Amino acid sequence: MEDNGGAPSNLLDDAVGALAGRFVAVEDSVETSAAFVLHHLLKRALSPLSPTVVLFVSFAHPFSHYDRILRKLGCNLAAQRDNKRFFFFDMLMWEYQDRDEEKTRGDGLVALYGEIQKLISDLPEERKNSVTIMIDDVSLMEVAAKGSTNLVLDFLHYCHTLTSELGCSLVALNHGDIYSSTERPTLILQMEYLAGILIKAEPLATGLAKDVHGQLTVLNRGDGQGSRYKLCNFHFKVKENNVEYFFPGSRS
Amino acid sequence: MADSICRALRDGALEGEHAPALTIKDNIASPFGFDVFSHVLSQLSSNILAGKSQSRGLVLVAFRRSPSFYVDFLKRKGVDISSSHKWIQILDCYSDPLGWKDGFSLETSNVASSCKNVKDVHKLLSTIIELGQGLVGQGKVRFSAAIDSVSEMVRHASVSSVSGLLSNLRSHDQVSSIFWLLHSDLHEDRVTAAFEYLSTMVASVEPLNQFGNGQRSNMNTFPLLEQSFAKGKFHVRFKRRNGRVRVACEEVRVEQSDVNFTSVSSDNGMINEGLIPKVQFNLQLSEKERIDRANVVLPFEHQGQMLAKLWTD
Repeated sequence: MEDNGGAPSNLLDDAVGALAGRFVAVEDSVETSAAFVLHHLLKRALSPLSPTVVLFVSFAHPFSHYDRILRKLGCNLAAQRDNKRFFFFDMLMWEYQDRDEEKTRGDGLVALYGEIQKLISDLPEERKNSVTIMIDDVSLMEVAAKGSTNLVLDFLHYCHTLTSELGCSLVALNHGDIYSSTERPTLILQMEYLAGILIKAEPLATGLAKDVHGQLTVLNRGDGQGSRYKLCNFHFKVKENNVEYFFPGSRS
Repeated sequence: MADSICRALRDGALEGEHAPALTIKDNIASPFGFDVFSHVLSQLSSNILAGKSQSRGLVLVAFRRSPSFYVDFLKRKGVDISSSHKWIQILDCYSDPLGWKDGFSLETSNVASSCKNVKDVHKLLSTIIELGQGLVGQGKVRFSAAIDSVSEMVRHASVSSVSGLLSNLRSHDQVSSIFWLLHSDLHEDRVTAAFEYLSTMVASVEPLNQFGNGQRSNMNTFPLLEQSFAKGKFHVRFKRRNGRVRVACEEVRVEQSDVNFTSVSSDNGMINEGLIPKVQFNLQLSEKERIDRANVVLPFEHQGQMLAKLWTD
């Protein structure tokens, strides 16, 4: 069971709680990026006191990008990769061909899912139930799939089945403002319906500020056993080596 | 109203009539549709087990959750699942709906059957009927059907084929009642309307507070959002056989282990009162002041009669 890994908790960790068996959808916009949330959850998953294995599917950046950022946060991704705790799927050059061709050629999202499932099934027993799958990001996955929203949703659905069958956690980032002019933003709505935890990063209503970079709202739908529908809102400031979280008005 | 819905599903179909059908719909601003669906499911299951319902079995078509989720859920609700294979069958359209997991073994269970091609709606229909007849036999005994996400079905198949499936189920001699969940904001209005036309009851979960265009709130309204988030309006429309429509509204509240329905409260009034600034003078009239105001005859009011009298004098 994955937990905070023994690190001091902050408002984000308190709001999110345990991630095992949950799907976390992270939404942001051009004005307020939530990439730091992904980095934080990645660092948390790879904590020395946690047995979690991370499968990171990247459509956005190469490995070196995340390695550089996580080093500043005190986590060595290269070492974790060598220790078989971090698996990086570089999807930057992937392009969707055709659904039938996908199945026969054995590449594409169907094959990617197959690789993920095989990797998990090949893990040692004690690690099989402590897997986190991270996707950065879903909108670029949709671009790479040539706008095939259904294919992307199918892939997310199959990853979601791993959360209930194996207790994996799934974390996916998407950009809310890409769909803001769409009459029916199906992809982002479907993600919101599917998610057990929804984290939204938005700018402050009052505009830009030096000491506050934005606000996070965390909706936790509960795991069916504890409290239901917990809603939290707090501010954040992204610094060089960490992120500060605080309630509005609580900073002196 | 939630009780009326559950009673209608429990009582089932009259001889010669199609089965009652319930659409539960919600949207992302009030995403409690699944909680309501689960509530109805547990109520119907209890009635089936107690022998109080017309149906003697239930076929649950699961797109959104795994069979083990529903088994655990019913157990938590106190529904006896030890003999579950005798009264419930779950058609598992969740675990491997498109056959991507070929080569990997799926969890098996005596209450679940796997579906690996949800695009084949004809096969889905025949499987549902087969599973239902497996529970109740092929005679006059009926079974109920539940689909946990018609929205997910429509992702894989056309609206017309899904409508056809629902219509065929409703008109089948052995189907007692049927209910399904739909997320209205995922579809065009005509699609939602198509499924509502098939229903004898439509239950909508709506937000208590509408923000802006009523779709997505923003964080400027966070205090109101936080206060009302786990609550919503439960709006039900019953279509009677004679064509008349009955409409009713309740408040729905999602709590730790259950969903509660209560008559519409004046909480909204309290919230609105909270927004009125606290000042030294009254901004609203008391009842007596309203009556006195209504009785005041203003200058030039009712002068029509006086003028008519002047002209005739």
